[in-house]
Amino acid sequence: MKIGVCAKISPHADARIKIKSDGSGVDTAGEKLVVGDYDEYAVEEAIRTKEAVGGDVTAFSVGPASDEKLIRSGALALGCDSAVLISGDDAEGAGALGTAKLLAAAIKEAGCEVVFTGKASTDGGSSQMGAMLAELLGWAHVSQVTEFALDGGNFKATRNMDAGVRQIVSGSLPAVITCEDGLNEPRYPKLPDIMKAKRKPLAKKSAGDYGVGAIAPTSNQSNYAPPPPRPPSRIIEGDAASAASELVRLLREEAKVL
Amino acid sequence: MSILVFADSANGAFKPTAAELLGKATALAAALGTTVTAAVLGDAPAASLGGLGAAKVFQAAGDFSNYDNGAIVDALAAIVAAANPTVILAPASYIGRDALPRLAARLDTAMGSDCSDLKVEGGVVVGRRSEFAGRAYADVSISSTPAVFTVRPNTFPKPENNGGSAEVVAVDWSASTPTVSVVETLAPEATGIDLSSAGKVVAGGRSLKSKENFDSVIRPLGAALQAGVGASRAATDAGYAPHNEQVGQTGQTVNPQLYIAAGISGAIQHLAGMRTSKVIVAINKDPDAPIFQHATYGIVADLFDVVPELTKAVEALD
Repeated sequence: MKIGVCAKISPHADARIKIKSDGSGVDTAGEKLVVGDYDEYAVEEAIRTKEAVGGDVTAFSVGPASDEKLIRSGALALGCDSAVLISGDDAEGAGALGTAKLLAAAIKEAGCEVVFTGKASTDGGSSQMGAMLAELLGWAHVSQVTEFALDGGNFKATRNMDAGVRQIVSGSLPAVITCEDGLNEPRYPKLPDIMKAKRKPLAKKSAGDYGVGAIAPTSNQSNYAPPPPRPPSRIIEGDAASAASELVRLLREEAKVL
Repeated sequence: MSILVFADSANGAFKPTAAELLGKATALAAALGTTVTAAVLGDAPAASLGGLGAAKVFQAAGDFSNYDNGAIVDALAAIVAAANPTVILAPASYIGRDALPRLAARLDTAMGSDCSDLKVEGGVVVGRRSEFAGRAYADVSISSTPAVFTVRPNTFPKPENNGGSAEVVAVDWSASTPTVSVVETLAPEATGIDLSSAGKVVAGGRSLKSKENFDSVIRPLGAALQAGVGASRAATDAGYAPHNEQVGQTGQTVNPQLYIAAGISGAIQHLAGMRTSKVIVAINKDPDAPIFQHATYGIVADLFDVVPELTKAVEALD
């Protein structure tokens, strides 16, 4: 089976987030980059699916050419067989919809039957790309999946919904699956595999290689700022019982939330 | 030209986000000089949305009780074709993350997700949203039409329904998207109060030390406050609380009026899930815990001493 995984290279959770002085964006130059948290689960699930049913895994990513090293270490070294990296200013700035258009074209070309991706990126975090990709491919999709299994051309998945409700669902391939925290336990690369990954095929593409039409972003971000400051906290003194009753009084009379 | 609000419903009743979004849409529409319309899937009382500001309601009949993103997108796309809105507002709940991006792609338009504010600027609606797990905020504007925004529940006040009635337009739709079938729905393991839209949340961390302590100390306060119960990742990883109660970057995002963090240090990953809470109470015996920098009120003490007293004090309220 042809299996695909879409993974975005983004700043590590502990990276410093510096707002540019003109508010036009965030400067993460020099910060540690990794495959995004949720995309790690997607990479792992794609490899596990290959191990269960056979076939091969292609990793797809949109990002600067310098992401090649991280795609090799964060996807190919773990067991993906090949990769497609789509680079260039227009591709890298395409926004969620443009990114989905490029990935849909690349996935069609590769002939994948199932594609995994994270439920959200760890930078923009808009949770849009996976569902958009499914729509552009005309495939079924399931979001926020915590369990997944294939049975021939059908799949069974468990998804996390609102209010703590989970549902077991079934459907037919082809499908896009967006991966939730806890879907699996992502593996670490072994040194020999890191060496081997250097020789695995990685196709460097540009938006022009895919005749997908306009991918210019129609969403525009501006006025970047740190989180709004909170007023200084008030520390309530006294023993447990008196602090508790003073807190309840403040929550009722001052904050008016009780 | 209008602002179309997706008024989400379940079992024939509108969810609180319907009033919240209609209230905000009414203010935005007044600033833009346009009208508010609403989209309803299934059999909720569509005309009643007139009392919340909708001039016209587009209703797609059908059984939507078994969540199917294909049917939702097909029906909403038919409503959009009939309503021809310039802006679409929807809740940033599961449906907002699962079905709305698919709808946006079908409409070949961009989307601003999980907004924590909306305003009119330069004659268009602009959203404010967080990136990098809440460590940066940015405005998002959309130049394609319709501009789609989802809004985090509990962001705006919910207006009272003034009893008005709206014209209801029945919209025909047909299913064309591949279907995913529900095999089984698994009820929540704990309180059943929806954390992501709860007005009050009580959360416990690693300091609880055991599931028994979590159940005997945190849950009674949650019950007394009729609050959702949450936990830090450290607490869910240790098995003190189920995974679906995790608040934070890799868990749920909450936006309550009141968030009580007991024995939670306030790691950046936890803050990502709760920093927009209106009032934050921190209870921690470590005075240097980062959570105190974000708290409205703090008590520096052992949670095992304070939380039971707090439960008693809340229960004593009339």
